[in-house]
Amino acid sequence: MTTKTRVPAIEGWFTMDEGAPALLGSRCTSCGNVAFPKETYFCRNPHCRGTEFAETELSRTGRVWSYTDAAYQPPEPYVAADPYVPFSICAVELAAEQMVVMGQVVPGVGVDDLSVGSEVELVLDTLYEDDEHEYMVWKWRPTDAATTGQGA
Amino acid sequence: MGTDKKVAVLGAGMHPWGKWGRNFVEYGLAAASDALAEAGVDWTDVQFVAGADTIRNGYPGFVAGATFAQALGWTGARVSSSYAACASGAQAINNARAQILAGLCDVALVVGADTTPKGFFKPVGGDRRDDPDWLRFHLMGATNPTYFALYARRRMELYGATEADFAAVKVKNARHGLANPYARYRKEVTADEVLASPMVADPLRLLEICATSDGGAALVLCSTEFAKKHTGSDDLVTIDAVSTVTPRFPQAIIEMPNFSTDSSVAASTVGPTFKESVALAAYEEAGIGPEDVDLAEVYDLSSALELDWYEDIGLCKQGEAEKLLRDGDTTLGGRVPVNPSGGLSCFGEAIPAQAIAQVCELVWQLRGRATGRQVEGAKVGITANQGLFGHGSSVIVSR
Repeated sequence: MTTKTRVPAIEGWFTMDEGAPALLGSRCTSCGNVAFPKETYFCRNPHCRGTEFAETELSRTGRVWSYTDAAYQPPEPYVAADPYVPFSICAVELAAEQMVVMGQVVPGVGVDDLSVGSEVELVLDTLYEDDEHEYMVWKWRPTDAATTGQGA
Repeated sequence: MGTDKKVAVLGAGMHPWGKWGRNFVEYGLAAASDALAEAGVDWTDVQFVAGADTIRNGYPGFVAGATFAQALGWTGARVSSSYAACASGAQAINNARAQILAGLCDVALVVGADTTPKGFFKPVGGDRRDDPDWLRFHLMGATNPTYFALYARRRMELYGATEADFAAVKVKNARHGLANPYARYRKEVTADEVLASPMVADPLRLLEICATSDGGAALVLCSTEFAKKHTGSDDLVTIDAVSTVTPRFPQAIIEMPNFSTDSSVAASTVGPTFKESVALAAYEEAGIGPEDVDLAEVYDLSSALELDWYEDIGLCKQGEAEKLLRDGDTTLGGRVPVNPSGGLSCFGEAIPAQAIAQVCELVWQLRGRATGRQVEGAKVGITANQGLFGHGSSVIVSR
């Protein structure tokens, strides 16, 4: 397989645990509000003046709130494969955090494989690569075994 | 609020939407000239210029108010320049309105214009890893239609909307815009043609997603006292409300350019959604309700989004928009025509001009001058619009 070094496409947004990765959010130490990406200065709850946040791993599974795909190649700064391969995107409800988080769906899973309310889990997958590195990002993968999608 | 919070519209003007490829200032000046001519006001009598900014045309676009003022010839008029994404035009209107209502000026000119690149809107260039608008393209390949499609799929899931419903919105708006001289697309389309157009972001197809356009729009606003003196009549078209409210925490619906919603862990979601609150604030300010509205210009960035707006501006309850559409209520000749101009479907989006153009259309409709698309006897109209980063606007115009 590859000998390239796997690095996160953005620092500090998710763990690099390829077996069970998690998004890294913040939890306000005053009111408990959860934010992704992480809050660093002021809590965005208007009734809280908190300025201290603990890093927190978000739930690794959730249910699809809605979904779509990108039939046309997105513009830069998206780094598209050549030739372009369409992908799906979904917005996922996390029960414990009471929030919705977006992300690409793993390759091979089309909109026909997705449905509102179905369960998905977080995985890491390659966003793009150069000569030395694979740049990794979080993606969602249906937990339904019938799908053909492959995470990293 | 009472009548003392109204400002009069003396004139409206637009440069036709298109892909002209010329300097945005030219479109703004054409629109401003038309608005001044319709108002019967000389440029040198304008005391305040409110520009709506464009972020894709360099420094002149960031200081649009001054750019237009200089191009029309410096007169010493006071100036403002606003950027609020798709609501930029409404904020420019609101700046002018506030100056007039505060008694700081009698006559103001509002101008917005844009020259746009081809294809998807993309973030401003550079490597900007602290800008969510840059990051959503980079990390997810999430374009604006991605978000529109998430909402559309949600409508299908929650309310049983169909692709045929979405196509019917496009068919309606294409027909509405046929006779509008300012519309970019003036061609009838069939539902079959819509449904045969390429999928862009499932379930939305190419003919259902608004294009990016060049265009310009302008308004001449003044105090009601000035208008009565100037026109010698009490029969005025007035702006009765301008809502530019921001969302309330926690915002539970995913919005451009965000990666996530707010969490409802620390504070529960109560009350109206953001888009509902935009219109509610306008109704409250004007002292009227949705039942008083004769027509609406709403932001149909996608065909499906127009259906969301029917509910968000109170024309019907949640989940009933498809019925309203199918019954023909929102078609010209129906109970409350929506987007008689043809909407973004026929215009494409010229960001800083668009919210101003919505008001121009209402003004012409209320004056009975919307040839070929006239809503007969219209007395009250509402606009609604939403953009990135918590911006939205709603303007109520009456005669």
